[in-house]
Amino acid sequence: MEIAADIPSYVRCRQKCETSLIANRCWKFSQTVKEVSDKELFASGHRACAGCGGTLAIRYALKALGPNTICTNATGCMEVVSSPYPEISWKVPWIHQAFENSAASASGVESALKALGRKKGVNVVAFGGDGGTFDIGLQSLSGAMERGHDLTYICYDNEAYMNTGVQRSGSTPYGAMTTTSPPGKLSFGEDRQKKDMPHIIAAHGVPYVATASVALPLDYMAKVKKAAAIEGPAYVQVYSPCPVGWGSDPAKSIEIGRLAVDTGMIVLYEIENGVSKVSYRPPEKIPVREFLKTQKRFRHLTDDKIAEIQGFVDERWDKTFR
Amino acid sequence: MKISPGGVIRDMGSTVNTKTGGWRSERPVIDNDKCIECGSCWIFCPDSSIIVTTSGNRRTYSVNLDFCKGCGICANECPSAAIKMILEEK
Repeated sequence: MEIAADIPSYVRCRQKCETSLIANRCWKFSQTVKEVSDKELFASGHRACAGCGGTLAIRYALKALGPNTICTNATGCMEVVSSPYPEISWKVPWIHQAFENSAASASGVESALKALGRKKGVNVVAFGGDGGTFDIGLQSLSGAMERGHDLTYICYDNEAYMNTGVQRSGSTPYGAMTTTSPPGKLSFGEDRQKKDMPHIIAAHGVPYVATASVALPLDYMAKVKKAAAIEGPAYVQVYSPCPVGWGSDPAKSIEIGRLAVDTGMIVLYEIENGVSKVSYRPPEKIPVREFLKTQKRFRHLTDDKIAEIQGFVDERWDKTFR
Repeated sequence: MKISPGGVIRDMGSTVNTKTGGWRSERPVIDNDKCIECGSCWIFCPDSSIIVTTSGNRRTYSVNLDFCKGCGICANECPSAAIKMILEEK
């Protein structure tokens, strides 16, 4: 992967920075995004924890989408931290509704705009956490995808119900500790694999499905832009580290997001009209142990379990990057 | 407090009225001599609290301490180690 060579404002730093020569360490690796908006459509002063990955997911998405956007938001961390009444962080029209109907509201907004003849140039975007997407909001999301509404659904995936105190969700990975999958004598933590949500959505026959990570912002922004530009439903799942729920150092949120990609814990890909394409290939494979040891939710894992997880990851790696 | 019909909030971006900087226990300090103007701190800040000022072709980065929660992502991501986290003391 090469660093974008033609972003003028970045020339100076590329000349000086030695580490940026390794593309994955530099945030400017995308070839498709040339300019990042300086405009902040997600205001400071939101009540997210220090080092929150989810707020970055929203900040980047709004940077990519611009002000002509209508957002709906399922209940979850990002709703709670961004709208402490009577204050709000969003600088675009935004609706909060119940946990399960972010996609349903977005389809309503989209239909209303179409009926009024005002859909052109307006992005309708639904946000949901992994709980509001993988579990509780799945029926309304499935409906919206199947009906073919012209909307973008962005799921910020922090792998558990963080807002209510770290309960397991369909997205929680194998072996992770949550308050409802505690390790002990009879348990080693979460005993189920993470639900393969992007492929479930892709099976609806939607034109665009993608996975991203907040650690690779330009790649994510390019995917959001593409999703919004495409006619019809689109789904973007963005990996958002949560220092509180994962028991990690807030300063390492981005590092963990990057490690997840480099170890193969998550794979960044796009599925465009049924054709799957890997969008980021890690330069070298890092053992999954390096990722697991950064977080307290994996600290109880024995060597056997780590080897087992490495086995799953290897299998996926071989399938994806062969 | 009077609640508006439907709980509508008209003042967009009004969370800036609450200064979350009080949550901080460590404060980032940017060494402008070491800074290579890559913008990593700016892009990775979850609180959008890195201020970029452009003069000529030189960009300088500073921290908006009203909102910085002191997570330390900027210091961790800085490729030239120009940002240090120092303890907030009275």
